[in-house]
Amino acid sequence: MAISEGELTAPERRAGLGWRVTGALVRRREASIFVVAVLLCIYFSLENAAFYSTDNLKNISETMAPIALIAAGQTMLLICGEIDLALGRVYALAPAIVYVVSSEEQHGLPLWMGMTAALLVSAAVGLTSGVITTFLRVPSFITTLGMLFLLNGITLHLLSGTQVFMPGGDLFQNIFGSQPFEYFLYLNSEFWWALGIVLALQFVLIRTRWGLHTIATGGNLIGAAESGVNVRMVKIGNFVLANVLAGFAGVMDSTRITTIVPLQGGADIMFLAVAGAVIGGTSLFGGQGSVIGAFIGVAVLVILRTGFSIIGVSAFTFDLIIGIAIIASMVVNVQVARLRNLGRLQ
Amino acid sequence: MSAERNDAIRVESLAKSFGAVTALVDVSLRLREGECLGLIGDNGAGKSTLIKILSGFQRPDAGRIFVNGEEASLRSVDHARSLGIDTVYQDLALIPTLSVAHNMFLNRELTAGIGPFRWLANGEMRRRARSYIDGIGIKTLRSVRSEVAMLSGGQRQAIAIARSVHSGARILLLDEPLAAMGAKEGEMILDLIRDLKEKGHSMIVVAHNYVHVLEVCDRVILLQHGRITLDRLSSETTAEELTELVAREYRRQRDGRREQADTPEG
Repeated sequence: MAISEGELTAPERRAGLGWRVTGALVRRREASIFVVAVLLCIYFSLENAAFYSTDNLKNISETMAPIALIAAGQTMLLICGEIDLALGRVYALAPAIVYVVSSEEQHGLPLWMGMTAALLVSAAVGLTSGVITTFLRVPSFITTLGMLFLLNGITLHLLSGTQVFMPGGDLFQNIFGSQPFEYFLYLNSEFWWALGIVLALQFVLIRTRWGLHTIATGGNLIGAAESGVNVRMVKIGNFVLANVLAGFAGVMDSTRITTIVPLQGGADIMFLAVAGAVIGGTSLFGGQGSVIGAFIGVAVLVILRTGFSIIGVSAFTFDLIIGIAIIASMVVNVQVARLRNLGRLQ
Repeated sequence: MSAERNDAIRVESLAKSFGAVTALVDVSLRLREGECLGLIGDNGAGKSTLIKILSGFQRPDAGRIFVNGEEASLRSVDHARSLGIDTVYQDLALIPTLSVAHNMFLNRELTAGIGPFRWLANGEMRRRARSYIDGIGIKTLRSVRSEVAMLSGGQRQAIAIARSVHSGARILLLDEPLAAMGAKEGEMILDLIRDLKEKGHSMIVVAHNYVHVLEVCDRVILLQHGRITLDRLSSETTAEELTELVAREYRRQRDGRREQADTPEG
């Protein structure tokens, strides 16, 4: 066929330089949000030297780690077309399970048993949400909204509604929570756990069948099912994964601060995780996203928050900025998807 | 008996209704090996139902189906696929956010790895996808790394067909492969269909454009109200004749409705 490229339909047409640059930036969403993070760090450091003090680095890494872990699981769920609003409650439930199993005041069993029980309970919560969403066909927004209240009720019962001490010895503390003197490169161990898990999950997302099927399930549910992808298993698996990560984050945070507060986490931490994911390039419509992007998105949010407090901008402004950032990111996501389908972006 | 062995698909007295709506009545047809059969008819004539039954998606109420000479019940889409029948629907079942190569290997991914740790062999998948696509003569695709969302309708159609062929299908059911496509892109798909026919694939092509159907199909079947009203070699009919047959039926129906409306109620 002697058809020159210029005569073909829109996608074959040569895109202008502007479109190509926009396209490249959007495709490498992780890179563009990383640039934003670096620029913010430079700005805050120039404004106030306290920003790059070791204390603030520790502060950032401690704040980031649990949100980033929850964001990693939430991103996988968003990519396969679901959401879990209850992750912030699993974050509180899991350490409560460790308390019940391993605390001297309760059953006093070894810590590893408490930890295992906590992760198994988290997995069971994810399994329940996943089964209700896929087999009973309740939208995950509703399933997990119910779960959000239900889990809070359970946690309050387990802890009799009060703050308790988190069981744990020095070794456990150093591995999962880190004592103040156990920082490596000024970043606490929970941060390193989060970073390692994020990198592993990004590999799973882009280089394994599970990741490919997760994208396919969210990108075209019927098409994926017609190709033989077990879309229900994909969704249930990602619910389990996200809940286990949220539970793990909760256990580590409680270990670090040595107490469990029944109302810790909640919708706040979960929505911050969603915000980080969206800013990092994950689509709320499913079918695309990046775990690393979510990690950097969370970093941007935490840098903004600590940076503002250091240079003395009020916390109100922080919420205002997050709001704008989420809306702007979503506008970019939606419009980019539209332009791509029209073949404007290469 | 030899004629029967050469039938890729033979259908006898197929019937299907949905509640009060009759979709197919006593439909019998043959698709010979290496033949391209055009299936035409108005909307609601039963084309989609016939395709869905042959692809294993729906079960007929009555009738028998033979695949390669052997009776087959076509229990499910997977069952039909295991017999070498694959359908390319209008929606194409492609994932817009995945690359061409990943789409072609969806759920049949090639992996590498050590023991239980497996990862995608992307290089090998790209290489094979490229050779599949070159093999069926799709010349306008720049890279198999492109996301399907960025491709034209014709390219998507071609990739969906290529995927079916390389999943081992010998009998292809193409539902409106030329829908919503420009002339040049349509020509590319027609070339692709001709090419597959030469390679011995049997095909049923559902289409609205009679000129295209006659151009590429060996034989044409016209479905009207769930019945086959014409089964003829393409060389023995013309687009005008087919148009006239469909138009006549339309007029008959319209007049019938008018008469009904003229008759006083009661």
